[in-house]
Amino acid sequence: MAHKSDWIKNAAGRWIPPEINGEKVIPFKGIGKHRPSGNRYGPPIRTSIDYPPDGNKQVESLKDALVKSGIRDGMVISTHHHLRNGDLVANQVFKAASELGIKDLIWFPSASFPCHEPIIEYLKDGTIHHIEGSMNGALGRFCSEGKMRGVGVLRSHGGRYQAIQDGEVKIDIAVIAAPTADPFGNANGLYGPSACGGLGYSLADMFYGDRVIVVTDHLVPFPCIPMQIIGNYVDFVVVMDKIGIPEQIVSGTTRITRSPDRLLIAEYTARFCDAAGLIKDGFSFQAGAGGTSLAIGIYFHKMLKERGIKARFAVGGSTEYSVKMLEDGVLEYMLDAQTFDLTAVESMRNNPRHADISIFHCYDYHGKGTYTTMMDVMILGATEVDVHFNGNVVTHSDGILLHGIGGWQNCLHARCTILPVPLFRNRIPIIRDEVTTLCGPGELIDVIVTERGIAINPLRTDLLEKVKNSGLPLKSIEELKAEAEALCGVPEPVEFEDEVVAAVKWVDGTVIDVIKKVRRNL
Amino acid sequence: MSDSYTSGNAGPSAQGDCFVTLTLKESGGITVNIQSKVADLFGKSIRDLCLDMMEYYGIPDAHLTIEDQGALPFTLRARLEAAVRKAFPDSKPFRVTDHSGVFHPSEKDRFRRSRLYLPGNNPKLMINAGLYAADGIILDLEDSVAPSRKDEARILVRNALHEIDFGSSERMIRINPFPEGILDLEALIPEKVNCVLIPKCESREDVIRVDLKIKEVTSESGIEHPVYLMPILESARGIWAAKEIAEACDTVVALAIGLEDLTADLGTQRTDEGDESFVARSLLVLAARVAGIQAIDSVFSDVSDMESLKKTALESKKLGFDGMGCIHPRQIPVIHDVFAPTSSETEKAQAIVLAYEDAEKKGLGVVSLGSKMIDAPVLKRALKTIRLAETLNRIPKNWRETYGT
Repeated sequence: MAHKSDWIKNAAGRWIPPEINGEKVIPFKGIGKHRPSGNRYGPPIRTSIDYPPDGNKQVESLKDALVKSGIRDGMVISTHHHLRNGDLVANQVFKAASELGIKDLIWFPSASFPCHEPIIEYLKDGTIHHIEGSMNGALGRFCSEGKMRGVGVLRSHGGRYQAIQDGEVKIDIAVIAAPTADPFGNANGLYGPSACGGLGYSLADMFYGDRVIVVTDHLVPFPCIPMQIIGNYVDFVVVMDKIGIPEQIVSGTTRITRSPDRLLIAEYTARFCDAAGLIKDGFSFQAGAGGTSLAIGIYFHKMLKERGIKARFAVGGSTEYSVKMLEDGVLEYMLDAQTFDLTAVESMRNNPRHADISIFHCYDYHGKGTYTTMMDVMILGATEVDVHFNGNVVTHSDGILLHGIGGWQNCLHARCTILPVPLFRNRIPIIRDEVTTLCGPGELIDVIVTERGIAINPLRTDLLEKVKNSGLPLKSIEELKAEAEALCGVPEPVEFEDEVVAAVKWVDGTVIDVIKKVRRNL
Repeated sequence: MSDSYTSGNAGPSAQGDCFVTLTLKESGGITVNIQSKVADLFGKSIRDLCLDMMEYYGIPDAHLTIEDQGALPFTLRARLEAAVRKAFPDSKPFRVTDHSGVFHPSEKDRFRRSRLYLPGNNPKLMINAGLYAADGIILDLEDSVAPSRKDEARILVRNALHEIDFGSSERMIRINPFPEGILDLEALIPEKVNCVLIPKCESREDVIRVDLKIKEVTSESGIEHPVYLMPILESARGIWAAKEIAEACDTVVALAIGLEDLTADLGTQRTDEGDESFVARSLLVLAARVAGIQAIDSVFSDVSDMESLKKTALESKKLGFDGMGCIHPRQIPVIHDVFAPTSSETEKAQAIVLAYEDAEKKGLGVVSLGSKMIDAPVLKRALKTIRLAETLNRIPKNWRETYGT
């Protein structure tokens, strides 16, 4: 790939520029090789005597709160994504900033969704300089086409916590949308018209933000219990008519896939886990809320029930299906960082075994341990993998940035990481010679499950040995790639400009790859 | 001239398909406009494929528009060929030489527990159909294809048979009634079809003429493997003629029943309980058994109701049917499970086989198990049960060594 002379080749073999957004870059050194030293970043000291003695921190409007927080050009503004595609707050923040004539802000969301497309306006009018966070859909395309002035920075959920803790990103103003709050700033996501369950993604923003604004559409008298957000960290409280669109926040029905191909992939994944001896009493797993993951969960549920055994804990997005496992006695604890549907919100309110956790617990690189390394089975997705088992989750094969990293990189550290993926999507083979964008090194990816066969990373001789007589369709990753290409053809190479539009950070803050501007010949 | 000819399906619901518009021109060579969501990765190969086909058909000047939703090459070629053949009806088929359409010859009495219907004009469902291990895959040219689309579906199905690996599934086609069916057989029999489903079959003659046409095509194209027939009886007249249909010729391997049309013909409604078709189904099973062939039940149409599917399948098995139709791959494991031998059926079959082998070794003329005599049909059925149990890994291949231990 083309690169300039001062670029550095990182430990994964990718070429990295020496600086990004004017900051010196630390290239990826290899897994577990980077150890920052010094003290954690701390926000300025505040004093309680400067806050209203009656505990009422309510201000007139969001704009008012931003002004009182001292908003000025170039600041870092953070938001969270618990309201998912129903979030009405983030767009309001930048509308207010734009009206105030503020320029060059850095938006630091825990993730973005298609509902944040209006942010493009504020990128164009100079209110926002660049985004450090996931860029989905229209925002991703805008970035890929080189239209953002700064370079986007993509981090995993754990990497976001790491960057906040070690001071790589200093949040000037954290805006926390809260479905229920009191005037002191205590808040939770469990109640109110925009209920979303936990608020764990905003924990770091609360602890480390210089100024913290809580925005709610459901104000209750002090105290707001439980206090997922602790008012003593909060500067201002704003009441809005509506912080979210409920149907877009939680889906009433998270849907198991009905696609026969995806169901087959789910079946193979479950059978693989069983054959590898992973499904045993006391095991732990993480499976997302995607259609295929849900189907895998159903298979796990059935196996556990039939054998009269239990999973000790599951981490991750909770849905009505994981709630069923809890209530059916096949899962002892649900550790929930993101609540996907109303059944799960209800369960988190009432079931003490359904615990509200944050990214700090499960993913943070600077934590004194993380949950992921303790987990037996990890089910993840990917847009591409390559013959070296490297994975990509942010760009598609055409080079366009369309997704965030989420917790994906952090999760790779589990004991058995499985990617159930279709062998091709719309004629585009998923297995490539080399991933377009490297998000996770192959040494951490153990198994690829497709509808046409299962490839096990040759490093995992233990897994290979366990499943060799299972009757499952085991193939080499090269065989799977050839099979897809025989059907689809070999994709033509995609061309890029030299210009870097986004950087992909590894979980430790080093840069594992960069995304370049797509070249349009058409 | 500026005539336009189209083929295929357009819009986001046509995933894995494309819509081709061929406009013949007087001059200007071949121009191609590709609107594809995979244009970045396959734009050049789509263009090359278009140019190759125009060259093959000797079309010097034309404008092609390809509205593509990720169609694989076998589909792109089928859609282009269909458009060309609308413009020039006498054109030859376009065949690629390298293909992966793996073919396994079938057997007259192989298991036919499940047969998965695939609409003949929908390429997406064909690609992975072989992965679900149905006993048969039916590429349907009849009811699932609109009358105006028969030609393009025939070309698509031909390409699918030529290029797609349907795995261990028997390769079946459901043809149209004659005379349209003649075109189906001429186009598709050369692509190694295992079994032809004859819809709306009502008489011995309906079967014979299909069989004769197949023999004509196989001898012309040098095909040696047998092409079996599965008449579908879906009218009162058909049920009444079940025995003569079953015995029409020796390539008939099964009788199938089509309950939607049959209940309409009987002037009744189809119910989950199936009382209204009880006699018809029993008659069909009787006729099949007289002829020594299989009896196959209709499809169950609610793809999300696995419980009712299972109940219906159990009922079917009780009546003597050997299998059912499927319209979604999810139905296959449920049906296979029901039509699999139960453990008591397997044990009984093992006892019969062992008793027979023992008697043979001792040179006994009459074989009996307990107080019952084992004759040839009993043994044959026991062997079949064991073969199925082995295929399903219900018993090991070396069960003789472990039996009774």
